[in-house]
Amino acid sequence: MSEQRIPVDLLIVGAGPAGLAAAIAAKQAGVMNLVVLEREDEQGGILNQCIHNGFGLHRFKEELTGPEYALRDIRMARDLNITVHCGTTVLDITRDKQVTAVSREFGLQVYQARAIILAMGCRERPRGALAIPGTRPAGVFSAGTAQKLVNMAGLMPGRRVVILGSGDIGLIMARRMTLQGAKVLACVELMPYSSGLNRNIVQCLQDYDIPLLLSHTVVDIQGRERLTGVTVARVGEDRLPIPGTEQAYECDTLLLSVGLIPENELSLSAGVRLSPVTQGPTVNNRYETNIRGIFACGNVLHVHDLVDDVSQESMQAGQSAAAYLRDERPPFLRAQVKDGQGVRGTVPQRLDVPQGEVTAPVTFMFRPDAVYQNHFVTIRTDNEVLLSQKRLILTPGEMAQATLSPQLLAQARGKTITLEITKEKQGQ
Amino acid sequence: MYDILIIGAGVIGCAVAQRLSRYAGRFAVLDRAHDVSEGASKANSGIVHAGYDAKAGTEKARLNVKGARMMRRYCQELGVPYGQPGALVLGFQEGDQKTLQGLYDNALVNGVEGCRLIEREEILALEPHVNPQVLLALLVPESGLVSPYELTHALADAAKENGVDFLLGEAALALQHHEDHWEVTTSQGKRRARAIINCAGAQAGELHNQISTRKVRIVHRRGQYYLLDRSQPLLFNRTLFQVPTHMGKGVLVTPTTHGNLLLGPTAEDIDDGLDTATTRDGLKDVLDKVKLTYPDVNLRQVITTFSGIRAHEVGGDFIIGEVEGAPAGAYEAIGIESPGLTAAPAIGEELGDWVAYYLKLGKNLRFIPPTPLPKAFNAMNASERRAAYRDDPDYGRIVCRCEQVTEAEVRRAIRRGVGATSLDGVKRRTRAGMGRCQGGFCSTRVMEILAEELGQDLQDMTKLGGHSQVLTGSIERGGTA
Repeated sequence: MSEQRIPVDLLIVGAGPAGLAAAIAAKQAGVMNLVVLEREDEQGGILNQCIHNGFGLHRFKEELTGPEYALRDIRMARDLNITVHCGTTVLDITRDKQVTAVSREFGLQVYQARAIILAMGCRERPRGALAIPGTRPAGVFSAGTAQKLVNMAGLMPGRRVVILGSGDIGLIMARRMTLQGAKVLACVELMPYSSGLNRNIVQCLQDYDIPLLLSHTVVDIQGRERLTGVTVARVGEDRLPIPGTEQAYECDTLLLSVGLIPENELSLSAGVRLSPVTQGPTVNNRYETNIRGIFACGNVLHVHDLVDDVSQESMQAGQSAAAYLRDERPPFLRAQVKDGQGVRGTVPQRLDVPQGEVTAPVTFMFRPDAVYQNHFVTIRTDNEVLLSQKRLILTPGEMAQATLSPQLLAQARGKTITLEITKEKQGQ
Repeated sequence: MYDILIIGAGVIGCAVAQRLSRYAGRFAVLDRAHDVSEGASKANSGIVHAGYDAKAGTEKARLNVKGARMMRRYCQELGVPYGQPGALVLGFQEGDQKTLQGLYDNALVNGVEGCRLIEREEILALEPHVNPQVLLALLVPESGLVSPYELTHALADAAKENGVDFLLGEAALALQHHEDHWEVTTSQGKRRARAIINCAGAQAGELHNQISTRKVRIVHRRGQYYLLDRSQPLLFNRTLFQVPTHMGKGVLVTPTTHGNLLLGPTAEDIDDGLDTATTRDGLKDVLDKVKLTYPDVNLRQVITTFSGIRAHEVGGDFIIGEVEGAPAGAYEAIGIESPGLTAAPAIGEELGDWVAYYLKLGKNLRFIPPTPLPKAFNAMNASERRAAYRDDPDYGRIVCRCEQVTEAEVRRAIRRGVGATSLDGVKRRTRAGMGRCQGGFCSTRVMEILAEELGQDLQDMTKLGGHSQVLTGSIERGGTA
C-alpha cells in the first residue's frame, strides 16, 4: 500500500491545556492548516480528572475546576475551527517532521508537518522506579491513577490509605479519598519539606487532620494478594532510613505521589535533545528545541505547578511556531542560560536574542533547590548583574519566575547568563 | 479420571503438557496460582544458557545443551521472542583466569561450540560500556535470550488448544496412591489420574517427600532483580555474567528480548517458597555487584524490581523421571533451577514421551500444531500494521502507550488459549503495563476490557487473581469506600 502523507503546516501532539493553548495562539496568529492529535477520547488532558477547584486564578481571574478550565480552551478551539483528532496516538516522529499516528477511525496515518509542537504532558513515577522493597500486591497506585478511578470512573481504589510523597496530586487525593469515606492514615514525605503547593497542604491535609510526616519514607510493602500494610521509617539527612524508627501501618492502599516525568519518548524519536535536569527538551526563548521547527510546551517541557503557567507558555510556543511558519527569523545572537547557586532546571536554556531591536521580554522558570526566605533571585552575565529581585519565600514546591525586560535581554546578547539565589541583593 | 495430572503450570509443567498433547489421552495441569507462569517462570533472567558451566556428566549439562539447541525452533513454532546475542563471562582478577579456563574446558566437554577466551581490548570493542578494568572473558556465542513467561503462555495455549485442562487457583495438598490411580486432594476437592507428574517448582519437594521414601531437600533460593527501561541504542548487546560462585551464576547484566536491561539476581536461601518480596539489602547487593560489570548504571532508568524463587535441590542436579521410592505412576521434574528454562524443551519432550510410553498412550490423531503468538503491534512495520488494522480496527486503538499495545492485542490475550483473567495476566501476554509508567495510564482501560470480555463486574477485576481485587468499591453504589 502506498504511503500517502498528509501535509500540514503545524501538527500539535496533545490536546491538553498546553496543546490547546498552543493551537489557539497559532491559529490566531494566522496558521490555517493545523491539526491537533490527542490519544484520549476527550480533549482537555489531565484537567478532566482534576475536579477540584483552584484553576485559572491568574489567567481568568476566577477559580475554576479542571474540567471548567479545559472547557474554555476546548470551546475556543472549536470556535476557531481547529481540527482536533481524539483517540489518535502518535507512534513516531522523525527529525524531518514525519508524524505517524494511529486511530480506530482512520488506522495508520502519516503526516508531513512543516512545524510541530510537542505537548504530550508528563507521567507519574511508578513504585518500581523507587525500588521500594516488599511484595507486589494489588493496592499500590500512583495518585493520578487513583484520581482517574475516583473522578472519572466513580470507583474507589481503597479504604485505608497511606500516601507516599507530598506532591500536589497526592495532597489532592488525600482530601478526595477522605471526602469519599476512606481513612487516610498519613502522608509520608522523604524530604524535609513538601513538594506540593502550600495551599494544598493546608486545604487537603491540615483541614482533615491528616498527618504529614516529613523526612520519612516507606521501607516495606506487605501483602501477597491485596496490600495489607506498609512500614514507614524516619530518614536521616542522607535520606536513608534510620534503623529502629520503623512504624507499621495497617492499610489496604498505598498511593504514590513521588514525582512527575515529562513524557518525551516521541521527542527522542525525533532527535530532540533533553535536559537531564528538567527531563524535557532544551529550548530557546521561542520554545524551539534543538531541531528547527519543533517546539515544546507544557509539562512535556518541564513540570509545572499551575495550569495558568502552562497556558501562558504554550500560547507563546504557538505564536513562535506561527512566526517560524512565516519564515520570520531575524538574525540573532545566542546567549546560554546556566543554573547557578540554588537554582535548578531553568527554562529556557538558551536565548536567541535578535540583533536588531528587542521587543519581547523573556520569562525564566526554575525550581529552587531548597527553601529560602527573604532571598534574592539574581540574573547576571559574567561581568554584570542584570537583575536582583527580593522574594519572601522560595521553595522547591513552587516554580519560581523571573522576567528580563527587552532592554535587559538586549544586554545579554551573545553572553552566558546565570540565574542564582543570593542572600544579599546583587549589583547597584 | 485423567490419564495424567501435571502439578505445576510453570514452564516445565506446560512444556510437558504441550508434549503430552501429541498423545491421545485426558490431561490436566493444576496450579495453586490463578494463571500459568506465576512462579519462577515469570521471574528469572530469561537466558538460554549455552551450557558452558553446568558440570559435565550431569543431567543439568545434558538437558541444558539439548534444550538450548531446541530453543530457536521451539520459539519459532510458538511465536515466542527469542534471540541469540551471545554472552561474556567477565573476569576482573588475576585468579579468574583459571576459573574461565575451567569453564572453557567444560564447554568443550559439554559440546558448546564457538567459545573463546578474549582479553580486555576485544571485550571493550564488543561491549564498550563494560567496566574497563575487566581483564579477560569467556565469549559464548551460543548464549541466547527468551521471554520466559511468553514461552510458558504459548506452551499452555498450545496444550489447551489440544484439549488439555488447566485447573488454576487450585493447590495440590496431598497425594495418595490407589491400586491403579493417584488421588490428589486439592484446595477445591479431589482429582484422580492414572499418573501424576510433579513439576511444582518451589513446592515440588514437599509433594515428593509425601510419597517417596527417598527424601529430597529443596532450598528456596531467592533472586532479586532490577528491570531498566528500554533505551536506544541498547547499551549492551550480550548477556554479561561475572565469574560464577558456588551459589550460582552470579549477578548478570543482560538485555531482554524486548530491549530492556535486566540486572540481578541475588542468591538468598529463604524458608518460605512463596516469599517473592524484594528487600532493601537484596536490591543493594544487586547494585553493588552490577557496578563491577557496569559502573555507570543509572537507577533513574529503573522501572521495576521483582524477585523469583529458584528451587535448588541440595544434590545439585535436576531430578527427572519416575519418582524413586514411590508407588508406580508418579513422575517428577524437580530441582529445576537454572538452566531449567533453557532445558524446558528437552525436559518437556523427554518426560512427556516417557510417561506416555509407560501409560501406553497412542498418538493424538487430531493433534493441532501450535498457533504461533501473532507479532506484536509494536514490532510490526507500517504495512503489517495497516493489514492488521484492516482485519481488526481494534488495532487502531492504543491501550498501553509505553509499550504501544493495542486493544486488539489485549482482547486476544483474554480470548486465546489459557486466557488472561487479571491485570498481570494481560501484562505478561501483551506487555500492557510493563513499560515505564507500569500501568499508571492503562490499567483502568485494561480492567474495563477484562470485565467486558469476561462478562464480570469491573469491581471484581484483580491484579493476579484470588483476593487481589484492584478496587474496593464504587461511588455510585455505596457513596463511600
